[in-house]
Amino acid sequence: MFQAFFVDPFIMIYDTPLFFVEVLVSGLMAGVMYSLVALGFVIIFKASGVFNLAQGAMVLFAALTFVGLWEMGVNPWLSLILSALVMIGFAFSIERIVLRPLVNQDPIIFFMATLGITYFLDGFGQTIWGGEVRSLDIGIPNEPFMDLADMTGLYINKFDVFSAVVCSFLVVILAGFFTKTKIGRALRAVADDHQAALSVGIPLKTIWTIVWSVAGIVGLAAGILWGSKLGVQFALSLIAFKALPVLILGGFTSIPGAILGGLIIGSGEKIAEVYWGEAMGGAIEDWFAYVVALIFLLFRPQGLFGEKIIERV
Amino acid sequence: MKNLVKKITIVMLIGVVFSLTGLAQAAEKIYVPMLTYTTGPYAPGGIPVDQGFRDYFKYVNASGGVNGVMLDWDTCEYGYNTDRGVECYERIKSKNGQMGVAVFPLSTGVTYALIPRTKADGMVLHSMGYGRTDASDGRVFGHVFTAPMTYWSQASAITRYIGDQIGGLNNLKGKKIALVYHNSAYGKEPIPTLEALSAKYGFKFLKYPVNHPGLEQKSTWLKIGRQTKPDFTIIFGWGVMTQTSIKEAKAIGYPVSKLIGNWWSASENDTRPAGAASVGYKAAGFHTIGKNYQLHKDILAKVYGAGNGSGDKSVVGEVLYNRALVQGVIFTEAIRAAQNKYGNIAINGKQLAWGYEHVNLTSSRLREMGLGGFMKPLKITCANHEGANSLLIHEWDGKNWVNPSKWYSPMYDVTRPMIESSAAAYAKENGITPRSNCN
Repeated sequence: MFQAFFVDPFIMIYDTPLFFVEVLVSGLMAGVMYSLVALGFVIIFKASGVFNLAQGAMVLFAALTFVGLWEMGVNPWLSLILSALVMIGFAFSIERIVLRPLVNQDPIIFFMATLGITYFLDGFGQTIWGGEVRSLDIGIPNEPFMDLADMTGLYINKFDVFSAVVCSFLVVILAGFFTKTKIGRALRAVADDHQAALSVGIPLKTIWTIVWSVAGIVGLAAGILWGSKLGVQFALSLIAFKALPVLILGGFTSIPGAILGGLIIGSGEKIAEVYWGEAMGGAIEDWFAYVVALIFLLFRPQGLFGEKIIERV
Repeated sequence: MKNLVKKITIVMLIGVVFSLTGLAQAAEKIYVPMLTYTTGPYAPGGIPVDQGFRDYFKYVNASGGVNGVMLDWDTCEYGYNTDRGVECYERIKSKNGQMGVAVFPLSTGVTYALIPRTKADGMVLHSMGYGRTDASDGRVFGHVFTAPMTYWSQASAITRYIGDQIGGLNNLKGKKIALVYHNSAYGKEPIPTLEALSAKYGFKFLKYPVNHPGLEQKSTWLKIGRQTKPDFTIIFGWGVMTQTSIKEAKAIGYPVSKLIGNWWSASENDTRPAGAASVGYKAAGFHTIGKNYQLHKDILAKVYGAGNGSGDKSVVGEVLYNRALVQGVIFTEAIRAAQNKYGNIAINGKQLAWGYEHVNLTSSRLREMGLGGFMKPLKITCANHEGANSLLIHEWDGKNWVNPSKWYSPMYDVTRPMIESSAAAYAKENGITPRSNCN
């Protein structure tokens, strides 16, 4: 047992350092994909203090809409725009039907409301578009860079690199939106106190509609990338569970935290699975991600970049 | 007050008359509670099977029923969720006071949960190509049927196929065979067989569990593709897991032609979403693929021609659709066998179990049913609820399943003693006295 946990993995790393690098890079790339989902959670939490459990369902619904329109013969770019508009329309509906009547309620009430939205959206999406798998090919090959592999022995996947670029682009745009715009600054105020924000003239309805729209569009990006990796199907909604440890680790209010959290979780779970998985019966990566997140919680309950909450009594 | 009592009495009498009429009507039909999943993460597998079942039942009724007795069914959607599956079973197991005759859960988890319940309800549980393998021992599991094949038979037949690819089973010595499996009761089923075969033939057996639903498998395939490099990899996946396995194998440079999916990792829903990565992927089946059989033509004419199809017409002939037809054919043949003994009546579950134990689907009988060459003949007996059958391997060419291999029979000399020993342990654990009048 001691050998399997404390000796063999390190000998393996020492003997095949290139393979370790490969595992690490693959983990980082996977982490970027988790971050993409986590971003949707962060945007809504940052602006409204609502933990939106429906983010996974939004990813699925957005991807189903995109691929459904494309299959109906709509031009893919037009499908993309129409899907984004559908997500904006969805945000309007959520604000009007679900959020507005709940202003100034406890966060747990909002959380339960998003649970309801999750089930509704899962069922509604499948009712409209069906439960079958839909293929989605966006033209990015899911294969290694063979020149790099021949030269260095490192297998880096083209699709993973493309996803990382898309994710980085989104982060830059979102970071700019939250820090440089008037709306971005208003978001913090709304998150802190709904009533106070309303009293100083911040349009709560508009802010909520904007953040749910942005989260929907981020969900669309995540849905397209994950959908072209796995096929667009119900299982996409479950990727939300891969984002949770990322959020715990990175903090619920930090966009850079979501990215860094994704990278740590992605690389950590891959290394653990490859080097320690066998000694523990295999398939440890899912729960290992949560263990890493919980360990971080012990030392930084607010996450790596989360805001430290000080309440006076 | 008197008037009120009178009115209530009349209403109650009308209710009793209606329910008795319903009972009388229902008793003329054979009722089947149908558990389905057309939503949720495993819907892509559940939808074509559900469509195939319904189409076949409609076809049977459109052809005059089974010896004149019509089939009746209610469905319950359970989303491949075991507790909801059990709840569904309890909700629809009977109709108008008439108990269903058989249930086909299409889930190993639900099968395990329903074994004692169906026994208590006097109903047949047919887990075709899934479920509890040791239930093939009819002496212990009198009401459970696993025909035409089980996971253990499948694992041994695939091993035989692999042996054939390298010049014989004796050449397996020193080779590496990996199993990438859904980390559930279902996925773990073939492990005892492969361990036994590994000991017998001297190949190294490597196990790689994948957690539900199998969205992320990068580390698994890094180990396979870059570290252990097995000569062949068997996949026991379901739902999104299979296509992810194929894609990750390709992404890491592991040859897709070395992958062999089991029959639940063998449908168009597994290969199409993986796109070009799945070209060359191989998978098992205990029946052939396509719709060039008389039964398919009849279904298209009588069911779809009448505008009564249960889904998209293009699905007719796909792998999982055809799997449902196998299920339907065995079921109706069991009804016919029971009717030979009990008369052309709406038989009950216990009579159906007798019928199942006397199913004899010969080549000529399969031809009569419009399925000549579709599957190997099948004979179920009292002791052997699996029967004896074979599988074949197809290859995906990017659009269709092609190049069917020859038929490979399981190594029953290995699996049958394991089945009997496991069933005996179950019998002991549950205080069951095995039937002694089976031989």
